[in-house]
Amino acid sequence: MTASSPNAARLPRWVVALAVVGSLFVILPVVAMALRVDWPQFIPLITSESATAALLLSLRTSLTATALCVLVGVPMALVLARTSFRGQRLLRSLVLLPLVLPPVVGGIALLYTFGRRGLLGGSLSALGVEIAFTTTAVVLSQAFVALPFLVLSLEGALRTVGTRYEAVGATLGAGRWTVLRRITLPLVLPALVSGAVLSFARALGEFGATLTFAGSLQGTTRTLPLEVYLQRETDPDAAVALSFILVLVAVAVVGVAHRVRPLGDLAPRAASREAARP
Amino acid sequence: MSGARLTSGRGIAAAASGAAVLLALTGCGATSPDAAAGSEGNAIDGSITVFAAASLTAAFTDLAGQFEEAHPGAEVTLNFAGSSDLATQIGEGAPADVLASADTDTMGRVTDLLAADPVAVATNTLQLAVPADNPAGITSLADAARPGVRTVVCARQVPCGAAAAAVGESAGVDLTPVSEESSVTDVLGKVTSGEADAGLVYVTDVRSAGDAVRGIDVPEAARAPTTYPIAALAGSGDPATAQEFVDFAAGPSGQSVLRSAGFGAP
Repeated sequence: MTASSPNAARLPRWVVALAVVGSLFVILPVVAMALRVDWPQFIPLITSESATAALLLSLRTSLTATALCVLVGVPMALVLARTSFRGQRLLRSLVLLPLVLPPVVGGIALLYTFGRRGLLGGSLSALGVEIAFTTTAVVLSQAFVALPFLVLSLEGALRTVGTRYEAVGATLGAGRWTVLRRITLPLVLPALVSGAVLSFARALGEFGATLTFAGSLQGTTRTLPLEVYLQRETDPDAAVALSFILVLVAVAVVGVAHRVRPLGDLAPRAASREAARP
Repeated sequence: MSGARLTSGRGIAAAASGAAVLLALTGCGATSPDAAAGSEGNAIDGSITVFAAASLTAAFTDLAGQFEEAHPGAEVTLNFAGSSDLATQIGEGAPADVLASADTDTMGRVTDLLAADPVAVATNTLQLAVPADNPAGITSLADAARPGVRTVVCARQVPCGAAAAAVGESAGVDLTPVSEESSVTDVLGKVTSGEADAGLVYVTDVRSAGDAVRGIDVPEAARAPTTYPIAALAGSGDPATAQEFVDFAAGPSGQSVLRSAGFGAP
């Protein structure tokens, strides 16, 4: 970012200046928040009963939502990347919709699907499944907003690695399941990991859909972002401390997602060696 | 959090007050400074920003319109949010001229920033809201506490939740809510959508929800109404217009608007 570095010399100065402004725009608010944290009270604030309950609930639901995303997201990415059918482009756009939709809109949509008077809610009630105001509702909200992250990063990786190795594997007699398990998935493993990490982060930060669809009750539906929102009413110090935890998690996630390259250079060779083994 | 109208008059107000200063300076030989100050004080034609509790949205939108009609040239920009949010924003230096909050505690948090003591302009009472078809057959607060009934209230951290807890205690009813929401509008939303069987909200919320919900009176709530105070803020750029708005809300026109929205007399 400094003008003296050799790369920066190739850029017009105003580009660098604007880049600095842009970086500060992102970094300053985080610094401003860190300055407001009541550090001597930080540990007591984040270990209060309600904060601990919110943190544990958030971790539990986000992990479940991520597992759900992997379970259905991997097949979705495979279908979108390896097959072609009428309406595929439309399907891809629709599947990615939660990525750009305001979360509160997602919450309303979920409400009209799984709510008591929703599209499926009535049938589910008849089966004795009640979703409203349960932890299940939180997981559904989180999975809804997090799924596109996994599908998007995995589909991109699948298209980039191409089908050469899969074709070779198939000619050597590997069945569909073997090709998928021994060639395709190992090739895109880094992308799968970074996609899952991003999904987890998105699930952890979910707020709008949860608030609209799941409600807010300590230990059941009140996740960390909802706890921050509520504490802000009476105890701004607690809200800032809890917010800072989410910032730390976000930093860790970005770090992990960056470290795991979407497509490792060595991965294709390693995978093809394994696939070529008799 | 949503500005009902965008501020556009602030620059004009600054220019106008600048012009007033110029007039006072140039006319210094003819008029005494007291007279100049007096005439400026009487002119209610500035722009003010009013921060009001979310539950006042309909009533204050109406009220601001009437105020502008009564004082040609005056312009009122409204900003509605939860009282606590508003107090925090004002504490952080938001440019507000008037604050109307949904409880006295919240007003107390900004005591140092007020131009004058707050005036009570309205009261509100909790009521039990049930979906129009009342699926759980609720007729009283005790019904809402029955096992299997999904009752939603505000969390204790927000004014409507503190009031709900007080009502539950004085009625001797142990409510076990399925959700404790951060705002009264979220509680109402859960009832209007039919997700909840009952919710404790304000009388004015039941009225604004129309046919979607039915209100059931809770006697204990009627005995302990919530008071809505309003006050001009010390940091106002136009103290005269700000104070006039406060007086207008407390006066006959303001009171009639608030009464027709379902608020009680202070």
